[in-house]
Amino acid sequence: MARVTKLNVNGREYAIDVDADATLLSVLRDQLDLTGTKYGCGEGQCAACTVLIDGNPRHSCRTRAGDVGKRKIATIEGLEKNGELHPVQQAFLDVDAMQCAYCTSGMILGAVALLEHNPHPTRAEIVEYMNGHLCRCGAYQRITEAITLAATHMQEKV
Amino acid sequence: MSGKHLNDTALEIERYEARELPLHRFALDRRSFMKSIGGGIAVLLVAENTLGFQESGRRGGGMQEEMPREIDVWLHIPPDGRVTVFTGKVEIGQNIRTSLSQTVADELHVSLDAIDMVMGDTQLTPFDMGTFGSRSTPQMGTQLRRVAFAARELLVGLAAKRWNADAKMLVAENGKVSDPAGNRSLSYADLAQGQLLAQDIPAEDPVTPATEWKIAGQPVHKIGARDFVTGRHKYTPDLKRPGMLYGKVVRPVAFGATLTSADLSAAKAMPGVVAVRDGDFIGVAAPDEFTAERAAAAIKTEWKTTPQSSSRELFDYLKKNAETDPQEENRFRQTKGSVADALASAAHRVDATYTIAYIAHCPLEPRAALAEWNDGKVTVWTGTQRPFGVRQELTEAFHLSDDKARVIVPDTGAAYGGKHSGECAVEAARIAQAAGKPVHLLWTREEEFTWAYFRPAGLIEVKGGVSTDGLLTAWEFHNYNSGAAAIATVYEVPNQLTEFHPVNAPLRQGSYRSLAAAANHFARESHMDDLAHACGMDPLDFRMKNLQDARLRDVYQAAAQQFGWQGRKKAPGHGFGIAGGIDKGGHIATCAEVAVDHSSGEVQIVRVVETFDCGAVVNPDGLKNSIAGAITMGIGGALYEAIEFDDGKILNPHFAQYRVPRFKDEPQIEVVLVDRKDQPSFGAGETPIVGLAPAVGNAIFDAIGVRLRSMPMLSGGTLPANA
Ligand code: FES
Ligand code: FES
Repeated sequence: MARVTKLNVNGREYAIDVDADATLLSVLRDQLDLTGTKYGCGEGQCAACTVLIDGNPRHSCRTRAGDVGKRKIATIEGLEKNGELHPVQQAFLDVDAMQCAYCTSGMILGAVALLEHNPHPTRAEIVEYMNGHLCRCGAYQRITEAITLAATHMQEKV
Repeated sequence: MSGKHLNDTALEIERYEARELPLHRFALDRRSFMKSIGGGIAVLLVAENTLGFQESGRRGGGMQEEMPREIDVWLHIPPDGRVTVFTGKVEIGQNIRTSLSQTVADELHVSLDAIDMVMGDTQLTPFDMGTFGSRSTPQMGTQLRRVAFAARELLVGLAAKRWNADAKMLVAENGKVSDPAGNRSLSYADLAQGQLLAQDIPAEDPVTPATEWKIAGQPVHKIGARDFVTGRHKYTPDLKRPGMLYGKVVRPVAFGATLTSADLSAAKAMPGVVAVRDGDFIGVAAPDEFTAERAAAAIKTEWKTTPQSSSRELFDYLKKNAETDPQEENRFRQTKGSVADALASAAHRVDATYTIAYIAHCPLEPRAALAEWNDGKVTVWTGTQRPFGVRQELTEAFHLSDDKARVIVPDTGAAYGGKHSGECAVEAARIAQAAGKPVHLLWTREEEFTWAYFRPAGLIEVKGGVSTDGLLTAWEFHNYNSGAAAIATVYEVPNQLTEFHPVNAPLRQGSYRSLAAAANHFARESHMDDLAHACGMDPLDFRMKNLQDARLRDVYQAAAQQFGWQGRKKAPGHGFGIAGGIDKGGHIATCAEVAVDHSSGEVQIVRVVETFDCGAVVNPDGLKNSIAGAITMGIGGALYEAIEFDDGKILNPHFAQYRVPRFKDEPQIEVVLVDRKDQPSFGAGETPIVGLAPAVGNAIFDAIGVRLRSMPMLSGGTLPANA
């Protein structure tokens, strides 16, 4: 069986030894102990497992470890830089855009990707882009607010 | 342990409402209890009527071995000056960690960040029935306030003694006691130094009135939120123990199936794999998840099944299988006047039947557990609303005494009434026992959809009569199976018959956010709307005419005002609806605007205004968050969600087949809080869900003149064919 021996996560090269058919989600969580990425369905339906692969949001539950190759993976653990939160993380704190917060990692990574390619999304664009992200607690309104707020802060920083 | 225990109705206790377990009595043994906590000051709240009550009984384990069972909550100020609060409640996204901390900080006069809250650990926290029924705020909040008040009094007393001053002249503030006259002060830490002091106090009313709250009553951020936005918080599935294996359960092909044969040899031959069969239960464990899945798939099984009913004939089934024994303990019947006569003579009369589908809770964190055995004692980390209930399931399954099982609940990825039971904990413990190593078990989404339990389905028959001038004269209401929560009408009706008929239900069912209150409100408030139209009245005016409860009247008026009910104007295809009620101490009114596309059959909820009065508000921002969440969750039950089943199988156990509310389904939500500082605080996690479905149904009727009497109202995402 094919094995995977290397993975680039959050700017770091990890030596691993896993079956190429294992999901990226299980490798991140179980082998690398990066448990900020969550299992919600394993079926591509909730986006709790969202990571960025070369900057694009992907369901890590539906990504084979063997298909990642040299591409760069970003997880929630890599967003904070030198003790400073990413503006999207900060905005989620500012408006308390969470209840149980199990969806939060995936939401934040989805939002980071959105703002990366659309720095000024309208409300409708946020809703459209984020629709695959499930929040069973129903914090959608606040999450939308947080993304709008983050967009404003990121604009001020530039 | 038998498979029956796992697969059968181990959940009987939750069939309708959270019923209480027998409470054991334990001897108070303060000396050994105090020894176990070291120095500092401890205040123990003793449950009512048990002060001085002495009776020997079974002992708990660890710290609990020393903890008197009558203690409901306790608080410890160690010599480092922090404040540790111990409660058996759990944090499941309802933000109770934050609001209970606020309550303690407020009464103890310390800052919010001085509080550490130890929650839901059967070894460290006092016995607790469970986190449900919106009881944490009214009960635990009140008790914590008492405890904090007593601790503050104790500290002031210590300072008075030390300074030989009059306690009444001293001030406790910001974690210090000061003497304005003597110009001196001591921190709580200093006062607790070298002390080993315990005091028990009886449960009584809270001490500081809401009008004088300083920290409680203010909007505060979720405690520990930074750990959540950085992914650092460890939910149960995120935990690891040395040598831990990943578990997997081989599921029966249908509910109630029994195992006739199983061949585990192929799985056992895989390197590092453990496989165990015990009765009808089969579990495996492996060093990684991938191998565990393959090992489970390699096990060959044969099952014997029995024919079972289907969701297609669900409502006939409920009617036909109602319990007939009038002594059945879950029955509820209430009568007033003569409803038959009043119905016969009513000027307008409406009879209708409402149906409520089975739905699933779908917490985003599925059931998970990590179990570890050491010297015959099992420790299980798991997301549950009833840590002590799960401990009991463990001790029963493994024939252990209470001190040989410990349940720890990390803050959990939600529950909504869906995590009262301990199936996953018992399974993980069984596999761990066989493996001789810690075992991690995370249910798949499909398992969560199939092997958890459901919100009860229901059939509700309503008959209502009004006089020519719009006064309710008759009200007859029968609920089959869904439950008795909030079943009685809130309106004034001289002739009433209200009855709940328990049913020997076709699926495992249990608690849910608001229990049956959502279903009963849907039927009642839809029916009220019909009656309003029958006598040609505005739906709000009709309700006001028949309503006396002042608090409910107030929230109705406040909602109508915010919504613009009086001057409302419909765009084509749009409609407006209103509904309200009382549940678990909360008073609620909901207005909704919908847009119905008659050609595509799609319904979009455009705007929802909800007013809520749950007494004195502890954390207004957290409360608004929670209400918006309940409204959103309510959309699912109102429009889309329905579990389909046939012959012991769930037919739609995936999010792709079971639609839950998403970003696009979210209306504009406006929440108005009626903060009643003159009233006790009530819980708020549940009641805000009850108004949504009827308000939306009434709005759909307003838009297209069609009354939808099923929850969910849509079928496959669009209006049903006959609409
Ligand atoms: S866990 Fe990957 S989409 Fe749900
Ligand atoms: S906050 Fe609980 S799922 Fe989003």
